[in-house]
Amino acid sequence: MSAGYRLQKGGLIDRKTRLNFTFNGQAMSGYEGDTLASALLASGTRIIGRSFKYHRPRGIFATGVEEPNALVQLERGPRTLPNQQATRISLYDGLIADSINCWPSPDYDAMSILGLFYRLIPAGFYYKTFMRPATAWRFYEYFIRHAAGLGCAPTEPDPDHYDKMNAHCDVLIVGAGPAGLTAALGATRSGARVILVDEQDQIGGWLLNENRIINGQPSKEWLNAAFLELNDTADAQILTKTTAFGYFDHNFIALCEHRGPTQVNGNGLSRQRIWRVRAKQVVLATGAIERPLVFADNDRPGVMLSGAVRAYAHRYGVAAGRRVLIFTNNDDAYRTGLALKEAGVAVPAIVDLRHDPSGELAVAAVRAGIEILDGSAVTRVLGSRGVTGVDIMNLNNTGDGVIGAPRRISCDVIATSGGWNPTIHLHSHSGGKTIFDKRRGIFLPSKTTEANFSVGAANGTFSLSDCLKAGMKIGKQAARNAGISSHNRRKAPVSIKEEEADSRLLWIVPTACPTSHKSRHFLDQANDVTVSDIQLAAREGYASIEHAKRYTTLGMAPDQGKTGNTHGLAVLSQVLGTEDPGETGTTTFRPPYTPVTIGALAGRDVGPLMDPIRMTPMHHWHELAGCAWEDVGQWKRPWYYPQNSEDGLKAVHRECLAVRNAVGILDASTLGKIDIRGPDAVILLNKVYTNSWESLKINRCRYGLMLSEDGMIFDDGVTTRLAKDHFLMTTTSGNAAQVLEWLEEWLQTEWPDLRVYCTSVTEQWANITICGPSARALLLEFTDDIDLTNESFPSMSMREGTIAGVNARVFRISYTGEISYEINVPASYGMHVWTALINAGKKYGITPFGTETMHVLRAEKGYIVVGQETDGTVIPSDLGMNWAVSEKKDFIGKRSLSRTNSMRTDRKQLVGLLTENPTTILPEGGQITAKQTLSTPTPMIGYITSSYYSAVLGHSIALALIKGGRELHGDCVFVPLEDKSIVATVINPIFYDIKGERLNG
Amino acid sequence: MFLINCPYCGPREESEFHPAGEAHLKRPANPEKLSDIEWADYLFMRQNTKGILLERWVHRHGCRRWFNVARDTRTNKVLHVYQMGDSPPTQLKHIKP
Ligand SMILES: [Zn+2]
Repeated sequence: MSAGYRLQKGGLIDRKTRLNFTFNGQAMSGYEGDTLASALLASGTRIIGRSFKYHRPRGIFATGVEEPNALVQLERGPRTLPNQQATRISLYDGLIADSINCWPSPDYDAMSILGLFYRLIPAGFYYKTFMRPATAWRFYEYFIRHAAGLGCAPTEPDPDHYDKMNAHCDVLIVGAGPAGLTAALGATRSGARVILVDEQDQIGGWLLNENRIINGQPSKEWLNAAFLELNDTADAQILTKTTAFGYFDHNFIALCEHRGPTQVNGNGLSRQRIWRVRAKQVVLATGAIERPLVFADNDRPGVMLSGAVRAYAHRYGVAAGRRVLIFTNNDDAYRTGLALKEAGVAVPAIVDLRHDPSGELAVAAVRAGIEILDGSAVTRVLGSRGVTGVDIMNLNNTGDGVIGAPRRISCDVIATSGGWNPTIHLHSHSGGKTIFDKRRGIFLPSKTTEANFSVGAANGTFSLSDCLKAGMKIGKQAARNAGISSHNRRKAPVSIKEEEADSRLLWIVPTACPTSHKSRHFLDQANDVTVSDIQLAAREGYASIEHAKRYTTLGMAPDQGKTGNTHGLAVLSQVLGTEDPGETGTTTFRPPYTPVTIGALAGRDVGPLMDPIRMTPMHHWHELAGCAWEDVGQWKRPWYYPQNSEDGLKAVHRECLAVRNAVGILDASTLGKIDIRGPDAVILLNKVYTNSWESLKINRCRYGLMLSEDGMIFDDGVTTRLAKDHFLMTTTSGNAAQVLEWLEEWLQTEWPDLRVYCTSVTEQWANITICGPSARALLLEFTDDIDLTNESFPSMSMREGTIAGVNARVFRISYTGEISYEINVPASYGMHVWTALINAGKKYGITPFGTETMHVLRAEKGYIVVGQETDGTVIPSDLGMNWAVSEKKDFIGKRSLSRTNSMRTDRKQLVGLLTENPTTILPEGGQITAKQTLSTPTPMIGYITSSYYSAVLGHSIALALIKGGRELHGDCVFVPLEDKSIVATVINPIFYDIKGERLNG
Repeated sequence: MFLINCPYCGPREESEFHPAGEAHLKRPANPEKLSDIEWADYLFMRQNTKGILLERWVHRHGCRRWFNVARDTRTNKVLHVYQMGDSPPTQLKHIKP
């Protein structure tokens, strides 16, 4: 197409600054101040992409966030962004954009053949067609995904960074159009701290698209003055290119600010910033979004919103076409006709649904020599790849049919207006209610639940003079409500009052033949949803708008149906016979108002900053030793320490054998430690643990199980009595915070009279555990004040003394079955004691081992891991641990252990499993069946909780939970895998040193 | 994202707190004397209020204290905050959110 749609003059563009860009590989140019859409229009590019379902050619339809068609893939490589509205991309030099949804190009789309099968692809097509056979779905899905591509996500890491900001203010104003601006002036003049937000790159809102008179001067001059005043006010902050995308509880509003352009920004700015604003008062001056008239083939390239056509002329100096036909039901579209006429663009006619339009604007149009075709409708659009003309017919009296002979008019653009929908999204996010204004056919904000006001077009006030007045009033009111007592008596700016006649509501513009026949009345161009789709959905029983929406996908595209939803609702209401869309009700508005990138939401919480990393005092040593890491909660724990070219399995074998035959050393500092003090400490322990604690002597340790009130195991650990009223509780590494909160919950809420204090001391102590036959000999070298003989320092006891010159608590607690010393020293001495033990231990073959070896060794002994052998449904008897449950006292969860369900004999119970082949390692999580079959369905009787290769036994071992498992010892069970079923024998869940003789060295 | 006025710290963001369900549930003194149904009632059955709910919160990332909140579950308005052990203010029933 030929270039030259740029008007000779006008617009807010800088004609001296030319910007080059590439669209679909073609070099083009525009001006500073253009959007990608205005530059494309100026260049004569009519087809921007293809529609989602039928791959029909589509062009630019709107100017802002409501654009359904002109979606592009912006940039390439790691910064690429899919589904960007060309209307929202400020043009910059070097911009690269490509069409989505079409292959090989938007002009020749291979998939457009789908459009020929229109009758075969009705609403719910995917649900209906691809149900059977179920196995074929994968094939269909592949095809559909490719046919319905919606741009590509970047595959490389994002090179930019994003950040977040918290802010507070008296009054947050969303929207810097005439109402929002006067509200901001009113509030700041009263002395309120104000944040003014607008999604465009400058303030002004829809005034940027108009040439009006305010206070006797051109509206653009008034805008400049307003900007300067706000900019000079210290307490007013203006955020442009910033979208308020969500309104949450207690006046918490989330904003997304676009800071850097999409191309490389070497200035160190974050690319986008999320603002978390808490405002005392919120003013929603979010404006209104024009809706089209819904007529046959209203999706052709060249069919545009009337306001958009005017905006392209006024703001960007671009004529949308050479002959622009206006099709309207209201007065506002006449302004478009007048503006184009003034700019020298041909306006062959204004087609008005109304009879005898006689408002000021209609009179002006007649005076300007524009032909008005009243009581008429566009019944046919000519030109499949772009509008070339229309047929116009007279409407019958009721407006549901046309009469007479069609009159053909040639044109290349149809500027259509069906009225304006107030942008009530944020009001609705905040829990505000809406009412339907039947006369104007629009939803208006009504009751609010948060401290906010809707004002201007967002509140159904469309005339400029009324917006200016209302904005000033609400701005002052919001400041007062925010507690600002000073008043300002400055008056609102004034504009000429323009009278507008009522519009004519006609949700579907009739054609010569019935609606669903041949022609298509599009409601949602982005998702290709037509009037007949909604009618079909209603006939099939999807009578609720929420159901009809999901069935037809109305309003579910990137634009979220901003131009089509009200029509969709009205059409549904018509079919249902309610005639009142207010009764049918809107779908729920949910954040975000416009799409927000995941990068912005994540902000700085990526990579190493995603979650805090907790490191033990010996972390650096492990790192130098080249360990593999395991994440345990937020902790980094050594998983195993590979030597030379060892793989993980070999390293774990070596570490296991070293512990069993010599001595191993483990960093167990991550173990949760809670210091419990007070005269009632024993009472607390008795309540939270299943066993009894009065009898525990000072310096002795006891294992305890903690249940939640429903009887399920929640944590376990060893607690040591340090003094009569002083205990040290240990918890599992990942559960320490939860256990402390659990203790506090009961102490603070149920037993506030107990005199007990709980303090987390996890990070105050390093825990160095040495275990294995040589552990005692090694420790002997480091202490002269602790008697290490079994008689004076037996298992499950604690001694205080000096280790390597450091005051230490040494616990004889074993999780491996070997003689074991858990040496606790103040965290700052951890590295000193660790390296001393490592150096002296060389002659014993001391071997550092990690969590994997620890798990193998404990499994050999049948010791459980909470979270591995338990999953929140396991009670102590399931694990054969009733020895740890007291019959004599009450404790949290006890009553639940005698519930009928807890007494069932077919509960899953802990067992050991041995495979026939000693090298077969069963998969953890593998299901267990009683029969050896791969056919389905086969009842599942349990699953594998832990499974390892035991180096010391030369055999694989597994722990499992199996229904009635304790009765099955000696029986065979089966673990079905994809291609085979593995046989395993059920045994007692203890594999090594069954008598426990190694515990004492 | 609501604001909760911690009785010990003052107004703070919801993200600092953790909710813990209905308040004023007293643990039975003698659980062993209860039938399965009575025990299940204590364990599982809750009001699921649509309206003003008295609930427990803990200032997890703050003072770590537990306290009670009267919240309207329809609007998330926090109507009252009071300490553990205090009885709920009776006039709340008349508050129209
Ligand atoms: Zn607090």
